[in-house]
Amino acid sequence: MGAETRRLIAERAAQEVTYGMMVNLGIGIPTLVADYIPASLDVVLHTENGILGMGGSPEPGREDGNLSNAGGYPVTIQPGASFFDSAEAFGMVRRGYLDLTILGALEVSGKGDIANWIVPGKRVPGMGGAIDLAQKAKKVIVLMSHTTKEGHPKILQECSLPLTVKEGAHMIITERAVMKVDRGELFLLEVMPGYSIDDVLNTTEAKINVDHVRRQTIEE
Amino acid sequence: MRSKTCTLSELNILKDNMTIMCGGFGGVGSPPSLIDWILDSGIKNITLICNDAGFPWIGPGKLVTEKRVSTLIASHIGSNPEAGKQMHQGELNVHFYPQGTLAEKIRAGGMGLGGILVDVGLGTSVEKGKEKTFVHGKEYMIEPALTADLSIVACKQADLFGNLLYDQSARNTNPLVAQAGDITIAEAAEIVHIGELNPEQIVTQGVFVDHVIKSKGVDWKWVWELKREG
Repeated sequence: MGAETRRLIAERAAQEVTYGMMVNLGIGIPTLVADYIPASLDVVLHTENGILGMGGSPEPGREDGNLSNAGGYPVTIQPGASFFDSAEAFGMVRRGYLDLTILGALEVSGKGDIANWIVPGKRVPGMGGAIDLAQKAKKVIVLMSHTTKEGHPKILQECSLPLTVKEGAHMIITERAVMKVDRGELFLLEVMPGYSIDDVLNTTEAKINVDHVRRQTIEE
Repeated sequence: MRSKTCTLSELNILKDNMTIMCGGFGGVGSPPSLIDWILDSGIKNITLICNDAGFPWIGPGKLVTEKRVSTLIASHIGSNPEAGKQMHQGELNVHFYPQGTLAEKIRAGGMGLGGILVDVGLGTSVEKGKEKTFVHGKEYMIEPALTADLSIVACKQADLFGNLLYDQSARNTNPLVAQAGDITIAEAAEIVHIGELNPEQIVTQGVFVDHVIKSKGVDWKWVWELKREG
């Protein structure tokens, strides 16, 4: 997926962030979402490695090896930020203080099952904090490419890979569409620029309800 | 209070087959001098417990790259392809836990508890083989606590008694790991006299720390540094 497309997905995801939310952004496209959250929303970014109130990237030359995000890249902090250990970082998550988590996935099912930590026999990165976050955040948004590199659907009737969470996703945003999962049913909400409803249906294996579809809202 | 500072040559505790717990997250907050000391000792068949496998040249990842580790207990190895390769070749036995569960298993070990009750991962392969119980009608997995023969941590400041202060996001798993070792060694960027640290601010109490050594500093390059250099 090109940089432009990744940015488009991130920009759309940022529209789901509302005033005062406590938010955790995963690695990859989710990290880009931070660039599109207006400061006026007073959002508090949480990281698994122990920062509440994370800020953006530092100016080149002002990086600090001991101040980074969960992906290991240098960050800054906002006024009012705090540092803490990993037990507390996940205590906040389990206790239900996280309003929103935005993460990537390898597969999602129409019921909201998410698979993103293992391709048995091939790639086994490990779950990291994804299971904790996907199971415990109040809202879970998945950002990913609509299909695999070979063009196969990634939004499936049933996930083929081991699950990260059962029925965890509330929303899926791809380069083709914005979808929501509601009571085990998948709804198409928006079609992204350059695609038609058929383009979405033809590349989605899961059954998808199109009664509520509207055109995408991001202007070129 | 007696001084716990020492040089590593005075310590004779490393041996094959031991369980070592290492602080850090992606190598941030991992103790570089203590990791090099373990590498130089030549010990092998280590059971390594840490948040993740770092990078092949960063943090505890070095021990994996040099094939000193036979069992790895972690939440993530994605940033260390060497760990994945050894795992697939059957040379490295890896046990994965959700990151928060792993942290809490370590914390329980340090706090003298038998384990924790946790529901993170129910409905996934995480629950496979786990003993379960119900409390107030809710289902939980029983996760036994983790301790280690040796815990190694990095900190910004240590006093001679072993009270520790950390540096920003380099704190991460270090306070938990420091509590869970039968022997704990803290590697400090700065060592100060007893009484110099503010008692209100101490994060790890000296009672958990057996030895304090002076760090030689980080001897690896971060991924973002390498990218910047092209």
